[in-house]
Amino acid sequence: MNLFQAVNDAMSIALTTDSTAVVFGEDVSFGGVFRATSGLAEQFGKDRVFNTPLTEQGIAGFAVGMASVGHTAIAEIQFADYIFPAFDQIVNEAAKYRYRSGNLFNVGGMTVRSPCSAVGHGGLYHSQNPEGFFAHCPGIKVVTPRSPIQAKGLLLASIRDRNPVIFFEPKVLYRAAVEEVPIGDYELPLGKAEVLKRGTDVTIVGYGSQIYALENAIQLAEKRLPGISCELIDLRTILPMDIETVVASVKKTGRLVIAHEAPKTAGVAAELSASVMEHCFLNLEAPIQRVCGWDTPFPLAFEHFYLPNMVRCYDAIKTAVEY
Amino acid sequence: MDHSGNLLNETEHPGLDKDQVLNLYQKMIQLNVMDGIMYDAQRQGRISFYMTHYGEEALIGIAAALDSEDVVFGQYREAYMFLYRGLTVDECVSQCFGNELDMNKGRQMPVHYGSKKYNFQTISSPLATQIPQAAGSAYALKMAGNRNISVCFFGEGAASEGDFHAGLNMAATLSCPVIFICRNNGYAISTPSSEQYKGDGIASRGLGYGIDTIRIDGNDIWACYNATKKAREIAVTSNKPVLIEAMTYRAGHHSTSDDSTKYRNKKEVADIIQNDNPITRLRHYIENHGWWSQEDEDACRKQARKTVLDSFASAEKKKKPALENLFTDVYDELTPNLEAQKKELRELIAKYPEYYPTDEFKSSI
Repeated sequence: MNLFQAVNDAMSIALTTDSTAVVFGEDVSFGGVFRATSGLAEQFGKDRVFNTPLTEQGIAGFAVGMASVGHTAIAEIQFADYIFPAFDQIVNEAAKYRYRSGNLFNVGGMTVRSPCSAVGHGGLYHSQNPEGFFAHCPGIKVVTPRSPIQAKGLLLASIRDRNPVIFFEPKVLYRAAVEEVPIGDYELPLGKAEVLKRGTDVTIVGYGSQIYALENAIQLAEKRLPGISCELIDLRTILPMDIETVVASVKKTGRLVIAHEAPKTAGVAAELSASVMEHCFLNLEAPIQRVCGWDTPFPLAFEHFYLPNMVRCYDAIKTAVEY
Repeated sequence: MDHSGNLLNETEHPGLDKDQVLNLYQKMIQLNVMDGIMYDAQRQGRISFYMTHYGEEALIGIAAALDSEDVVFGQYREAYMFLYRGLTVDECVSQCFGNELDMNKGRQMPVHYGSKKYNFQTISSPLATQIPQAAGSAYALKMAGNRNISVCFFGEGAASEGDFHAGLNMAATLSCPVIFICRNNGYAISTPSSEQYKGDGIASRGLGYGIDTIRIDGNDIWACYNATKKAREIAVTSNKPVLIEAMTYRAGHHSTSDDSTKYRNKKEVADIIQNDNPITRLRHYIENHGWWSQEDEDACRKQARKTVLDSFASAEKKKKPALENLFTDVYDELTPNLEAQKKELRELIAKYPEYYPTDEFKSSI
């Protein structure tokens, strides 16, 4: 399966195993602009997989309402770039629903899926990584997978988690990433990072499609800097963040490189970097390196120069180990 | 019903019996008395905030026309819905004090009531957010097939928010059994409706969305009752939304943080309270039926006052909720991060006890 097929498979299982589950958003009925919902309306009926009017705040509010009476709402925002009209519903409503009602009500059945990240030619409004905005919001979970296996397991866990979840799908991987995905029903844990590669000299943290740039950078580093051993961690859940796994790794390696596509200032790397500094002050042997998008809007023609690509990640690893 | 409590058209008789009507009237009085005492309590600094319902009490007629399992989403000026369904004055007053009995565990400002038992989703401050939510919940109720609907209240000011547009359009296109009730009371804080919209009120917009719509006299309890009864029938039988615009007048200040004499004429307010008062209108009706006397009125008001004062005295003495409630319910379970922050606060309190008034709380952390 590729990533969009894995996402589709997860939703199909969710719809099969939960009779209150519905899937909706803009253009999901004919299969979605990325084919993630293809075949679902035919299989489960137009009452359970349906198009909404073109209104992101409406889609999020509708999901909050369904979940508030105990149903499972899987809403799609067509591009993460267009989630901002729903920011109020997500931040002020969904995230605070349980807390403000003294747990009389909750919207744990709500999941918002949205394609994110660079795609080669997306320009300003088909490339964004808004996870940092949501990472500042207590009450929601923010999850992003790196591969089809991860996407299916994390999405099923997100749908079934008893908290509202924002699930960002790196759209460049929809067709590019292909692997053998178990056809059964399985979940991967939220709030847990995964160590993808063990190493001893430098900890490298990323998430989503950035993992691939990091893997390439690590290969280059281990080739060009003989004897260097890198530990690679996929954060998977941005909020709540698994600081513990990263801290344990940095205590061992003494060095940390964090990379994400979103702009650097006040990004997720800033939070992680501050937390690691608090916990690993005596272990750090080099300044923490943050390799991020520049603090600009995401540009069309300059994408290659904007991205924290393999070269920039490699350079940061080199800086950390040679400091 | 005219201002003297006479039905203008007998064919539109609401058909409620004496006990039902008196119950409605007594609840209106109870709300009116609670508003007076809590408003004054805020002025004295004993609670932090309050919002009255003066002039909008007849909307309790809406409550009487609904099924008790219908799910209500409110804005903030709908305590009549709570009182009608059975929430006690005690529970309302405790919420306003944010004490250990507060249903919200001391987390929200006063008048942000909620009740799982009475199917009223907890109030939140951001305006109009509840409108698309009501559409979504109505869709879920339709799917569940239990023939219940959602009911959504908002003011004419909130109807200018994008969520009003989103909610009504979604409810119409997705065939949601929901009644939208706009309380058009002429003002959004200081902004008169002439600065809120140029069209024919809110009702004219309903037609544009393909929604069955009616405008009613919101100071006439029977107009509220009849319109809601019919709207509910349409919503349940044809899975369609209905919009009701209830014309009324906000006779009180917007809230305790507002002095409405700064932007509207005292005489305008006094005239309306005198000439178009929803409570006196129903009082005329029950008096015309020989169901009520001045003695009944005095006894009713006295009892209502005692109920609120008793609740008030007991609520004021109660402790605030246990301190751990600062951290719980952010998620279904405490995250490791929240556990760590809770521990950090606990250690701070131990270190600087003189700066943390923990004895005011039911328990420390």
